[in-house]
Amino acid sequence: MNAPAATFSAAADATACCTTRLAVPGIKCAGCIGKIERELPRTPGIHAARANLSTRQVAIRHDPALGQDALAAALLSLGFEAQPISDNPHSRDEAEQRRLLRALGVAGFGMMNVMLLSVSIWAGADGATRALFHWLSALIALPVIAYAGQPFFASAWAALSHRRTNMDVPIAIGVILASALSLYETISGGGHAYFESAVMLLFFLLAGRALDAMMRARTRAGIGALLSRMGKSASVIGPDGSTRRLDASELEPGMLVLLAAGEALAADGEVIAGTSTLDNAMLTGESRPEPVGPGSAVHAGAINLGAPLRIRLTRVAEDTALAEIARLMDEAGQARSRYVRIADRASRLYAPAVHSLAALAFVGWMLAGAGWHQALTIAIAVLIITCPCAMGLAVPAAQVVAAGALLKRGVLIKDGSALERLAECDVAVLDKTGTLTLGSPRAEIGALDPEARAVALGLAQASRHPLSRGLAESLRRAGVTPAAVEDIVETGGTGLAGIWQGVPVALERAQNESAELAASLCIGARHYTITFTDPLRPDAAEALAALRRMGLAPRLISGDRAGPVAALAAALGLEAEAEASPKAKLAALEALKASGQRPLMVGDGLNDGPALAAAHAAIAPGTASDASRQAADAVFLGETLMPVVHAVKVARRTMRIVRQNFAFAIAYNLLAVPLALAGLVTPLIAAIAMSASSLVVIANSLRLARSAQA
Amino acid sequence: MTGLAFLIPIALGMGLAGLAAFLWSLRDGQYEDLDGAAARILIEDEETGA
Repeated sequence: MNAPAATFSAAADATACCTTRLAVPGIKCAGCIGKIERELPRTPGIHAARANLSTRQVAIRHDPALGQDALAAALLSLGFEAQPISDNPHSRDEAEQRRLLRALGVAGFGMMNVMLLSVSIWAGADGATRALFHWLSALIALPVIAYAGQPFFASAWAALSHRRTNMDVPIAIGVILASALSLYETISGGGHAYFESAVMLLFFLLAGRALDAMMRARTRAGIGALLSRMGKSASVIGPDGSTRRLDASELEPGMLVLLAAGEALAADGEVIAGTSTLDNAMLTGESRPEPVGPGSAVHAGAINLGAPLRIRLTRVAEDTALAEIARLMDEAGQARSRYVRIADRASRLYAPAVHSLAALAFVGWMLAGAGWHQALTIAIAVLIITCPCAMGLAVPAAQVVAAGALLKRGVLIKDGSALERLAECDVAVLDKTGTLTLGSPRAEIGALDPEARAVALGLAQASRHPLSRGLAESLRRAGVTPAAVEDIVETGGTGLAGIWQGVPVALERAQNESAELAASLCIGARHYTITFTDPLRPDAAEALAALRRMGLAPRLISGDRAGPVAALAAALGLEAEAEASPKAKLAALEALKASGQRPLMVGDGLNDGPALAAAHAAIAPGTASDASRQAADAVFLGETLMPVVHAVKVARRTMRIVRQNFAFAIAYNLLAVPLALAGLVTPLIAAIAMSASSLVVIANSLRLARSAQA
Repeated sequence: MTGLAFLIPIALGMGLAGLAAFLWSLRDGQYEDLDGAAARILIEDEETGA
């Protein structure tokens, strides 16, 4: 199974070529991996390909001459849609995850070796042997603690220097005190050293941290894989008529830009020349394309569906309608950053209780006449036994299992806090276009005979125009194999033309400009009209009923016109608000929150952005705009709406498991603390109690994997 | 007792070897695609002409 890897690295060494990573959300199984790694290198210029199933990415070794577009086209010809990855924003997460895994490995090594020595001591070694074993333990444990404990020491120090406390403060204090006392015992030749407890504590806690980091990294990679670069640059026409690509941040008012078919506009402007239709769905939620001509005002984020337009920019960067939405989102998102995670809420109560208990134990035993050494030993035993080992695992273990289960069902959860908030929602607000509906034009292909279908796919797959892509998608879904159409020429605004078996064929704009989107297919003298609709997600009604059963009354807020919204709302039996601006949506969410409810927002467009950011929890479909996916807590893939229901269901189950874990950890403390206070806890008892409680918490969390599948 | 002089270094050496192997596999990227590793076993090898 390592053969492809070997080929990949061998090719990497052989030539001076470069590597490009592409996001390919469609990789799902061994067959996909095999197909990509086997077929892709047959494309001239591509040396090797390596697919990563976990992150849904493909790394391609290729000649520098081959651009990202050519690579994406090669993948598309294999049936996989690919998108370039924006400059790696995940490397920081990856580095953190690696650091945690390294620390975990070191702690594991230390734990096993120190335990080996400790077991011999518990088995009865004494005198010179015990002293030797204590010294060896110290030699192993101290460097291990210094290295593997860093994440906790750093976090505890950061909390303390802000005069706050968190879960890491009792951990850091417990570990440092236990190590110091054990070192003293070792030097003075005493009987009890707690090195194995300290190292084992670090190992279990690092396991929880590493799980948490892996969950975040995996989901970020998934969401990053979906990010596209739409509308972030523009073709600027110079005074001499030449065009060059400029980044959106470099655009200035007064510039003349060329907006090609299928391209998104990067700034606000006014049309100078050309007539076309624009898709404003991302910006307004309006599903019907808007016809524009010279003099029309156009906004950033609009996608050109027809002929190329020349546009004079009026407002750029901070001043665009888009930036206004971004500003609203920023403000609305403030509330969410104030949300306190359940683990932190628990530690606010827990940490002071543990510290005062340990201090009381010390004072109590001193007053009772024990020496300071014995009193300190007991106080440290209390700290170690109460150290939130099971607590540290209680939340991440359950959340990681849940996130893994949801990923398998096409839902990417951003982090643990998202699961906590999702579980608390009690009302659902949904957008129409792109959320309840698919949001992309789908062709009605029922009227086409098999031959026409094959030709239509042969033509449509050559173009990136939204209608062509919608048509190709519908045809591929119907299992059509493309006909070999040759000499394909794409004329902006008119359509595609080519030759198939000596007959001229064309896919063109429909002759009659009706309200509906349509295209016409010509094969020789035959003409077919293909209409496009934006259909409802197939299980929308079912998913809404399920939400209602779970106590999340669904309601519709759309930016679309009142007519279609009312018709849809009536069909689905929803309360609806139409023609809502981004501000109105935000206001509706704020009103729900003010009335004490916790809204779940499901939306995709930029116009939903502020509402997504303001909601208690938010979910966006994978086809949503970049900004909306960033604002959402979870992203669901595919054509069905059911993943939203699953996400809420699994989030609620997760919180139930987390609460059980906490209940167990507290029950365990109620049993163990009196023993520790009484001075009866030896290093052996501490070690057994710690591993037993951690294992129970992990086992309980693993139950989620099974229940999440149901 | 003299056995300890051999056994302890051996135990430590094996532990260190395990740690080194783990750190190497981490650096080598063997944990980057766990799902993929599980799926790759199912790929049929007959035409890996690539």
